[in-house]
Amino acid sequence: MKFRGLIFANLFRKKLRLILTIGSFAVALFLFAFLAVVRGAFNRGADIAGADRLVVINRISIIQPLPLSYRDKILRIPGVKAVTHNNWFGGVYQEEKNFFPQFVIDIENQRQVISELKVRDDQWNAFVKDRQGAIVGAKTAKRFGWKIGDRIPIKNSLFGGGPTWDFNIDGIYNSERAGGDESQFWFQWDYFEERMPQSFKGNVGWYVIKLDNPDYAVSVAKAIDEMAANSSFETKTETESAFAAGWVKQFGNIQFLIMTIGTVVFFTLLLVTGNTMAISVRERVSELAVLKAIGFTDRSVLFFVLAEALTIALVGGLLGLGLASLAVPALGAALNGLLPTLILSKAILAMGLGLAVLVGGISGLLPGIGAMRMRVVNALRRV
Amino acid sequence: MVRVDSTGKSNSLIQVRGLDKTYRRGGEEIQVLQRLNLDVDKGDFVAFMGPSGSGKTTLLNLLGGLDVPTHGSITVDGDEITHMSGNKLTQWRARHVGFIFQMYNLIPVLTAYQNVELPLLLTKLSKADRRKHVETALGVVGLTERMNHYPRQLSGGQEQRVAIARAIVADPTFLLCDEPTGDLDRKSADEIMELIHRLVKEFGKTVLMVTHDPVVAKRADLTLHLEKGVLVEAGELQGVAAGGVA
Repeated sequence: MKFRGLIFANLFRKKLRLILTIGSFAVALFLFAFLAVVRGAFNRGADIAGADRLVVINRISIIQPLPLSYRDKILRIPGVKAVTHNNWFGGVYQEEKNFFPQFVIDIENQRQVISELKVRDDQWNAFVKDRQGAIVGAKTAKRFGWKIGDRIPIKNSLFGGGPTWDFNIDGIYNSERAGGDESQFWFQWDYFEERMPQSFKGNVGWYVIKLDNPDYAVSVAKAIDEMAANSSFETKTETESAFAAGWVKQFGNIQFLIMTIGTVVFFTLLLVTGNTMAISVRERVSELAVLKAIGFTDRSVLFFVLAEALTIALVGGLLGLGLASLAVPALGAALNGLLPTLILSKAILAMGLGLAVLVGGISGLLPGIGAMRMRVVNALRRV
Repeated sequence: MVRVDSTGKSNSLIQVRGLDKTYRRGGEEIQVLQRLNLDVDKGDFVAFMGPSGSGKTTLLNLLGGLDVPTHGSITVDGDEITHMSGNKLTQWRARHVGFIFQMYNLIPVLTAYQNVELPLLLTKLSKADRRKHVETALGVVGLTERMNHYPRQLSGGQEQRVAIARAIVADPTFLLCDEPTGDLDRKSADEIMELIHRLVKEFGKTVLMVTHDPVVAKRADLTLHLEKGVLVEAGELQGVAAGGVA
C-alpha cells in the first residue's frame, strides 16, 4: 500500500507518545482478558452444565444432608432416568494450601449420570473392586504428580473417622467437554459410610438426577420438592445450570463487578486515546491542509487519521492479549485450583481485539472528521 | 500575455471574469476582491503585489481552487472550476496546480524524497516510475544528493527547493507561489527566484506569484497590483490611488 510510509512516519512522529498510547491499550486489553477469564471460570459450571440434569439439595442449605431413602422415591418419578448422590469431603493433601474438591460418589450410578467425565473401563473396574480406591481428575493428578497405584493420605476434620484417610489411586478421569472440571477426587460411598459416626449414616449431601428429556426438568423438580414437602428434609431442586449459577452468586455479583471494572477501563481508554489522537491531529493541521491542497481528498485525510488510530489499537491490543495469554496459565498454576481452569479462549481474544479496534476507531473518528471538514485556507492561515 | 481588462471569452490558459470575494466577519461584510478580470497565457510569469489585506492570497486561493468566489468565474485550460464540487475540485488541483508556500510546508517526518513523492501517490504511476519523476524533480532543483534528508536537516533555501520539486513533480498546468521568498535571506531568495525563473523560461511553466518584495517581483514578466480589491497593472497604480479605476 503506497500510503503505508506516510501513515507509519506519522505514527512514529512522537515515539514516547506512541509507546504510552500503545501501552494504554496493552494494559486495558490485558485487564479485559484477565477479567473475562475469571468471569468465564466462575460461569463455566453453569455454561457446561448438563441440560438434562437436576441437582437436589436440602432446602435449608447444601451443607444440610438428605436421606438416602429419597433415592428410590426419586427414581419412581416419571421422567427420571437415573439418580446418583454425592457428599462433600473437604479434606486436604498434606497441608491447607493443597486444596482440591473431593466427592464421595455412588459407584453404581456415577458414570451413568455424569457421563462426560470419562474413566477407562479397566481403571473403573479396579476402582470398584478397591474399597479404598479413588479416581482423580487429570489436572489434580498432574498438579501433585500422582499416578495409578500411588497411596494418598487425605487429612479431614469434618467427618471424623480418624485424622487421615488413605486412598489408592485406581484411575484418572478426563472431561470430554472443553473446560470441564478435571480437578475432582472421587472415592466410594461404602468406604465413607463405614467410617461415619452413627448419627450421620444413611445421609447423602445431594442428589444429581439424569432426565429422560430436558423438557421434564420443571415437572420432575416440582414432583421431587412436593414429595419432600413437610418432611424433616425438604428439598430444593433446580437444573444443574441454575445450581452452578447460584453457587457463583455466593461470592457476590461477580458478573456486575467485572462488567463495571471493564466498562470503566474501556471508557477511560477511550478518553485517553481520543485525547491523544485529537492532540496528534491538532499539532499537524497545516500538514493535513497541505495534503488537501495538493490533491488528497477529505476521505483520504480521514483514512490517514483512522489508520493511525487503528494501528495503535491493534498493536496495543495484540500486545495486551499476548501478555495475557502468557500470564493466564501462570495465574492458574498460582491459584492452585481455587478457581476452575482459567481459559483464555479464542472468543475472548476475538472480543478483546474487536473492542480494541472499536475504541481505536472511535478515538480516531472524531479528530478524523474534524480534519476531514477542515478548510484548507483557514488551516494554512494558522501557520 | 497578461490582461486585466478583458470581459469576453479568450483563449488564455487562465481566465478570470467578474470575480468577487466577500467575507462576513461578525455582522460586517468585507469585500476583498471586486469584479476582477484577468487573463494569463501559458508560460506567463505574473507577480501580484499590494499591501497586507489587499486580497493577494485570497486571489491565489481562488485561482488554486482552495476557496470559492462569491461571484464570478475562473476557467483554467477550458475547465470552469468555480462550480466544481469539493471532490472534483480536489482532483482538479492534483492535476493542474503546484503550490509553493512561504513556510515551505514540508511534512517534517518525511524525507525530501518522500515529500516530493506525495503528489505522485495520487496517480497510478508504479513505484519505479514515481522514483524517476521524483529524481528528475529533485535534479531540476539541484537536491538529488539530499533526497534522503529530512526537512530539519536542510537549510531554509533547500527546504523551499524541495517544496518547488514537490510542486512541479506531477507536471501541473501552473504554479501558485505565495511569498516563496518571504522566509529566506536575500541570497537564498535570489536562488529561489532564479529557479522559478528557470521553470518559466526553460520548462515553459506558468507561474502566478504573490510577493511583498519589489526585487522579487521584478523577476516576473509582469507585476500586477491589488489595491482595495481591484487589480491593476503597475502603470495604472496612481489612478487607483486616486479612485479612478473601477
